[in-house]
Amino acid sequence: MADGVKPRVKVPKKAAAGDTITIKTLISHKMESGQRKGKDGNLIPRSIINRFTCEFNGKSVIDVTMEPAISTNPYVEFDSMVPEAGEFKFTWYDDDGSVYETAKQIAIG
Amino acid sequence: MKFKAMTALAGALAMVTGGALADADDDTLTINEEIEIITKTDAPAYIDGLSELISGWHFRSDETQQLETDDFDNPGMLGVEAAMEVWETADGSEGKSCADCHESAEETMVGVRAVYPKWNDNAEAVWTLEMAINGCRTERMGAEAWKYDGDDITNMVALISSVSRGMPMSVAVDGPAQATWEEGKELYYTRTGQLDLSCANCHEDNYGNMIRADHLSQGHTNGFPTYRLKNAKLNSVHARFKGCVRDTRAETYAPGSPEFVALELYVASRGNGLSIEGPAVRN
Repeated sequence: MADGVKPRVKVPKKAAAGDTITIKTLISHKMESGQRKGKDGNLIPRSIINRFTCEFNGKSVIDVTMEPAISTNPYVEFDSMVPEAGEFKFTWYDDDGSVYETAKQIAIG
Repeated sequence: MKFKAMTALAGALAMVTGGALADADDDTLTINEEIEIITKTDAPAYIDGLSELISGWHFRSDETQQLETDDFDNPGMLGVEAAMEVWETADGSEGKSCADCHESAEETMVGVRAVYPKWNDNAEAVWTLEMAINGCRTERMGAEAWKYDGDDITNMVALISSVSRGMPMSVAVDGPAQATWEEGKELYYTRTGQLDLSCANCHEDNYGNMIRADHLSQGHTNGFPTYRLKNAKLNSVHARFKGCVRDTRAETYAPGSPEFVALELYVASRGNGLSIEGPAVRN
């Protein structure tokens, strides 16, 4: 696992059924592109988050393939329709095989 | 001739838009929909070269400005979060954490950032926040001092700054600190480097104008530590000074040196009255 990785997510606590809400996500990650050289002249190995997904009650909301040009601490903001109360599950996949997860509940009201 | 007149007109238009882009705008800044930030105010009487103080926030694009209006969007808050953990973590031979003496930073550190750099009676010198933090670490915690402009200390300054956001900067320029303040003023107006530039040449005489592709601000410290999009991390005041002096093509003073401490006191006093924004977001 890369150092200092911490996911953060902002989801409204509740919404009316059928409402569209805005979700903000940010994960602290160095996103080393694999194209830079270190002080010793050798390439610094690539270490990025290569995929981000969000599911609502098991159904895919967004599935993003991420590339090396994305800068440090990737921030992803998107909209989602909320048909019912439930749980948003967020998953980030690291190059080194680590998987970072977090989840947020949303109520109808 | 008509063609020539048209190019002249186009040139004039380009200059107008160029100027409008670089000038400070009239937006207002509220953080998290609750902290009102004073980003423009009258200059203190002891500042000759400025009539109105303008926060560097005004010189940025709308997109960059927006990043500062919400803690979730502000990447500088990642540093604050990291420092919150360190605040609670014991370090050094005494087995103490910051929290053991200072309890909750949200309560005990309110207003601290506004008065630093400040005269320290025991040390008989002007201390910056970084020096105060390292003083705590070496004297009370039995821990090693952090590198003056390293990430650890800059994150901690960001945490201490974040709880004072909205409060006006109010460093003391008289009393025992006065000699250091005078020294800082001297440095501010001293030209350095092959380009023969003083701080004032850019930040007093030319704020609002472009310096190559970037806007010149008035160079206040109220937004520090500043998250810069160019290097994607929090930058301390002295690291910024170093960058500025280097850009005049001079050999720079070291971060934490008496010269930079004096300069920080003087520059901070030039912003007395502006709200603390740190960690701010800039280019």
